[in-house]
Amino acid sequence: MKENIKKVLLLGSGALKIGEAGEFDYSGSQALKAMKEEGIETVLINPNIATVQTSEGFADKIYFLPVTPEFVERVIEKERPDGILLAFGGQTALNCGVKLYESGVLEKYGVRVLGTPVQAIIDTEDRELFVKKLDEIEVKTIKSEAVESVAGAIKAASRLGYPVIVRAAYALGGLGSGFCDNEEELVALTEKALSFSPQVLVEKSLKGWKEVEYEVVRDRFDNCITVCNMENFDPLGIHTGESIVVAPSQTLSNEDYHYLRKLAIRIIRHIGIVGECNVQYAFDPESMDYRVIEVNARLSRSSALASKATGYPLAFVAAKLGLGYGLFDLKNSVTKETSAFFEPALDYCVVKLPRWDLGKFHGVRREIGSSMKSVGEVMAIGRTFEEAMQKGLRMIGRGMHGFVENKEMKIEDIDSALSTPTDNRVFVIAEAMKRGYSVDRIHELTKIDRWFLYKLDNIMQTGRELEKHDSLEALPDELLRQAKQQGFSDFQVARSIFRDSAESPEELSLRVRRHRKERGIVPVVKQIDTLAAEYPAQTNYLYITYNGSTNDVNFLHDHRSIVVLGSGAYRIGSSVEFDWCSVNALMTVKKEGWRSVMINYNPETVSTDYDMCDRLYFDELTFERVMDILDLEQPHGTILSVGGQIPNNLAMRLDAEGVNILGTSAKSIDNAEDRHKFSSMLDNLGIDQPRWRELTSKSDIDAFIEEVGFPVLVRPSYVLSGAAMNVCSNDEELDRFLRLAANVSKQHPVVVSEFIQNAKEIEMDAVAQNGEIKAYAISEHIEFAGVHSGDATIQFPPQKLYVETMRRIKKVSGQIAKALDISGPFNIQFLAKNNDIKVIECNLRASRSFPFVSKVLKINFIDLATKVMLGLPVEKPNKSAFDLDYVGIKASQFSFSRLQGSDPVLGVDMSSTGEVGCLGTDTGEAVLKAMLAVGHRIPKKGVLMSTGSARQKAAMLASAQLLHKHGYTIYATRGTHAFLGENGIPAVRVYMPSQPDEHPQALELLHRKEIDLVVNVPKNLTPTELSNGYIIRRAAIDLNIPLLTNTRLAEAFIKAFTSLRTDEIEIKSWDEY
Amino acid sequence: MHEVKNASLILEDGTVFKGKSFGYPGSTAGEVVFNTAMTGYPESLTDPSYEGQILITTYPILGNYGVPPRRQQDDVSEYYESDHIHARAIVAQDYSWNHSHWQADRSLADWLNEEKIPGIYGIDTRALTKLLREKGSMLGKIVVEGEEEPDFYDPNKENLVAKVSCKEVEVHGKGEKKVVLVDCGVKHNIIRCLTRRGLTVVRVPWDYDFNTITDADGIFISNGPGNPDMVDVTVDNLRKAMQGDKPICGICMGNQLLSRAAGASVYKLKYGHRSHNQPVRQAGTDRCYVTSQNHGFAVDDKTLPMEWEPLFINMNDGTNEGIRHKTKPFFSAQFHPEASSGPKDTEFLFDEFVKLL
Repeated sequence: MKENIKKVLLLGSGALKIGEAGEFDYSGSQALKAMKEEGIETVLINPNIATVQTSEGFADKIYFLPVTPEFVERVIEKERPDGILLAFGGQTALNCGVKLYESGVLEKYGVRVLGTPVQAIIDTEDRELFVKKLDEIEVKTIKSEAVESVAGAIKAASRLGYPVIVRAAYALGGLGSGFCDNEEELVALTEKALSFSPQVLVEKSLKGWKEVEYEVVRDRFDNCITVCNMENFDPLGIHTGESIVVAPSQTLSNEDYHYLRKLAIRIIRHIGIVGECNVQYAFDPESMDYRVIEVNARLSRSSALASKATGYPLAFVAAKLGLGYGLFDLKNSVTKETSAFFEPALDYCVVKLPRWDLGKFHGVRREIGSSMKSVGEVMAIGRTFEEAMQKGLRMIGRGMHGFVENKEMKIEDIDSALSTPTDNRVFVIAEAMKRGYSVDRIHELTKIDRWFLYKLDNIMQTGRELEKHDSLEALPDELLRQAKQQGFSDFQVARSIFRDSAESPEELSLRVRRHRKERGIVPVVKQIDTLAAEYPAQTNYLYITYNGSTNDVNFLHDHRSIVVLGSGAYRIGSSVEFDWCSVNALMTVKKEGWRSVMINYNPETVSTDYDMCDRLYFDELTFERVMDILDLEQPHGTILSVGGQIPNNLAMRLDAEGVNILGTSAKSIDNAEDRHKFSSMLDNLGIDQPRWRELTSKSDIDAFIEEVGFPVLVRPSYVLSGAAMNVCSNDEELDRFLRLAANVSKQHPVVVSEFIQNAKEIEMDAVAQNGEIKAYAISEHIEFAGVHSGDATIQFPPQKLYVETMRRIKKVSGQIAKALDISGPFNIQFLAKNNDIKVIECNLRASRSFPFVSKVLKINFIDLATKVMLGLPVEKPNKSAFDLDYVGIKASQFSFSRLQGSDPVLGVDMSSTGEVGCLGTDTGEAVLKAMLAVGHRIPKKGVLMSTGSARQKAAMLASAQLLHKHGYTIYATRGTHAFLGENGIPAVRVYMPSQPDEHPQALELLHRKEIDLVVNVPKNLTPTELSNGYIIRRAAIDLNIPLLTNTRLAEAFIKAFTSLRTDEIEIKSWDEY
Repeated sequence: MHEVKNASLILEDGTVFKGKSFGYPGSTAGEVVFNTAMTGYPESLTDPSYEGQILITTYPILGNYGVPPRRQQDDVSEYYESDHIHARAIVAQDYSWNHSHWQADRSLADWLNEEKIPGIYGIDTRALTKLLREKGSMLGKIVVEGEEEPDFYDPNKENLVAKVSCKEVEVHGKGEKKVVLVDCGVKHNIIRCLTRRGLTVVRVPWDYDFNTITDADGIFISNGPGNPDMVDVTVDNLRKAMQGDKPICGICMGNQLLSRAAGASVYKLKYGHRSHNQPVRQAGTDRCYVTSQNHGFAVDDKTLPMEWEPLFINMNDGTNEGIRHKTKPFFSAQFHPEASSGPKDTEFLFDEFVKLL
């Protein structure tokens, strides 16, 4: 080690949110590994309890605290680290670090920033400084010139070169903006723009330019490398996080590639990066003109992707460079022989695709553009672009089978659908090609480089060739092989050949599989070795391809390996928690003397880090691909229960092929997943459940509602648009929902369940062996049932449950475990009202709350579950939740601010993107930490209350009293104002936007920041009720004012911050609890 | 869809790889070598150092950006490294029949057809590369369906330098200082790099006795194909030049010839360095560079005489990457500071040379 550093503080990125997700768990974990290798003590601050980095064995000390200057300073004061790492926790960590630097905290405690100096970070973060900095070395950036006259605009445009964009300054919503190709257009537009605004911004238009990115590494000796370059499939204008990204670049010539590479190195030398950064360019498709878009002086989503795409561990190396090493001191971690000072040579092509969940939100626009809306991503590897692309389109998990052979898309105006990109972009291109659009025409409308379109067209043409055949016997081997080489799945081949066959698609796909295996058309396994096979490498980082003739690895066939299926793309409802589960399963498998094999394709994960397992297949989690791998590996068994729903869904089909599924049997999984089977099992056991019925007509639905009464929960099996589930409180709503969203019919039944109001929701997370529960954790939701369990705030151990309720839950869970003969992890959700409990759902797999309860209880449920699945004896832990003298609160992170237009209200469908988990000596302290950790702030001035129904208003009364007592000004809308007045609590009456002539207006107060907390509780989730409060809620989000929409959570938060100051919060690490 | 012929790559050890033909549908033979660069096929194909070789690109997708036009600028090729393709054939996993780039005026297949060079795709180039890595470079031939099978051809038995060198003295550029460029198969970018720095370049054939050009300020020895032990004439001329004090610089073959002239010996590597990502370290310093390389022979450091020392060392396998004289202004690099194709990190070596003049 070059620097005298003994203890290092690493800042994590907190909860997963849009724009800051799992990639930082990976980056941070790598940095911690690097520190550990050096024998440096590590302290981690990250409230994200579901991450791998906050697990035992990664950092020496872990603080589940908000990554804010206040808390970080107090940790520094306590821990006195020598150095701090700011580059591994995304923007959150970077911003926090810059603030600590600027406020002198780092200097005060003598904490050295390791890696890139803070001044360099500031130079890249501050737009003006950044432009100035690059001007110094004559590197071009995107600049706009402000002018106040038409003449000024003409002058500016001639300096910048046409085409230009003209924007009216201070105008909302792009009023008066547009593109100008020549002076004439410029004059016309500027005149118009000047009528809206005194100032007009003229900017060079880079419409249709390519977007290219370089990942650059520099050590303190000024040695530089570019580890990877990447090219966006989409032209400039679509956020990189929203774009399909290809590595390495495909359409750049050698001259282009090295021109931009050289520039990138010049830039990072000038800025003075030590470690890793990325340089993003706009690149003219018709010349070598370029502009630097931005430089990120930290690890990023792109750097995580680049690490996975190349096998070069950027975060690990950056951490080492931060300690003062030179690149020449470090070894290539794949070959272990060659130097880390080199640039990976890829002999495959990588495609990253974003995963959107826009359908989960009300009111959000489907167009994609300059702000990020995607919640996850996948990475596909192939030896042709076609192969990688089709793999990727399946991986994003939107029910698509690749580029072709998908269900028909209804697009009215293809031209406008092509020129206005949405989350369906690629499939619109497919549809256009199907309808005969030429590559040139599509290029004109989308500006996507023709090369990509030609490749997509190849797939289309092969699809057409396949469709000319109607039996496997008639299908030439050559064509079948070509299709497989272009990434066609067996399903796609089956669909194109058998078309409307009555057989099930699964059976037809199996026929294709059997046929091609007979014909010797099988894939091979290739390694990712960073040097394109130039040097021998013992790498276990693998992918599957049809573009090859030999396997790179040998298969021992000794049945001593265990395959673990990972979780796939992060999405709403399945994210880093399942990565934690997967990684822990791998660790136990290894510890118990088996070889661990991982299959997963999410580049933002730790489970796809090749040093977490003995073999990593970075590939699809489809039945076909998993079977391909199992055929080759012939493992002892396969674990499906730690990766969430994707692997779980494969259970029946894998079982039918004779795969040894470890743990609970596929039949039991099916008995729990199949609503009818599960329900009748509960009936047999005498276990209560909310009444439900699967119905196919409106009259049946009416009859059922007659029986159970409103409100009801309606789940369509086929969703037309919008959310998949809805609560309907009356006939009108039900009609509306069925008409707009559900379209009930014989083919598409809906499930209607009674909806129990004001019931508690309780989670049972447990591990059973041969039907006997070995370990369990019961936790309660703070919110009443009706808020999706993924959005709810969860308390563990429960503080407000009757002992009797707990006892019943344990008993019922035991009965279910026995009936399903569970061996492994499972989760049951209960409703409790008084002492009655009802089972809502049961999953025979690890649940979202496994890492949370494991870490709070300090018993690793996945370790236990994996041992069970390996058939090892497991002792019941002799510790129970009753022994804990502290409380854990899991709170949800929402990303509404990124999702313009979406209604930030919680309902039966999940909308949170991440979570935190904090510990406290009591509920209040834990709630306060957790709420601050997901971005809430303690109000200083005023609170706007608009608290729904009479019952909800009454529930909030105590909170209002507390606020009043603590000197807050309460602003209230009509009903709430009246209610508070009746109860002797003074409040300022405010008016909703629907009464624009009255004052004060709630919106105005929000804009003036008079209000710094909004409690807006809709009476119910009916469209009319929702639209009333929508403008207020949305304004709160857009103005970055904390918003609460649930009385129970609002009560808990208000109680917490009125009874405890943040400086009274104890700074305790995990091991001190 | 394109009608394509089947074609095979047959190695001297009997291994056969089956693929499809693109480019010229004829058969050919040569030494099979791989390059791990991800871009730069127009530059590589026209690099005279590939004379007699069948080039495998380990990056699987080939032809994406087509081929830039055949154009001259300042009497050297504008985009190519010589006036024609020197490689015998090119092999890839996947060929892009359609290309896209503003500079391209035709596809790679069109160009190969023009120059009667076969291309073959659909081959597991990773398996092939591993084979060459384990067994060393091999002879091979490409046989297109329906065409006659040629005999194996070993380019290393020929004086390839003589084959690719210019036949007459040529002058490039106009500057105060004048350097002799010994053309052992020079890449045009070396000429561009010298003339761009304001030098007059007198390009002479490999066997020309450049010591007769007494008004030259310095001597530059280019890259070139094949076995450096075949090029004794140049070595002899260099020995004479080394009696004096005129600056001498060499690249690739130039490094090997200068080493031989100094008294060191060269040997054939099991498999050559052909890539854009070779790390070299300047001897005795913390300075490292990513370099473009294309060579099958290397200088044996241990045989360097006392008054010489290694200048650069390969950080992967420790082989010699350049030498320098301890007192006189003589130095050379095994890698390609002129890049084209590849990274431009070491172009400063040209400046170092110019400073010495």
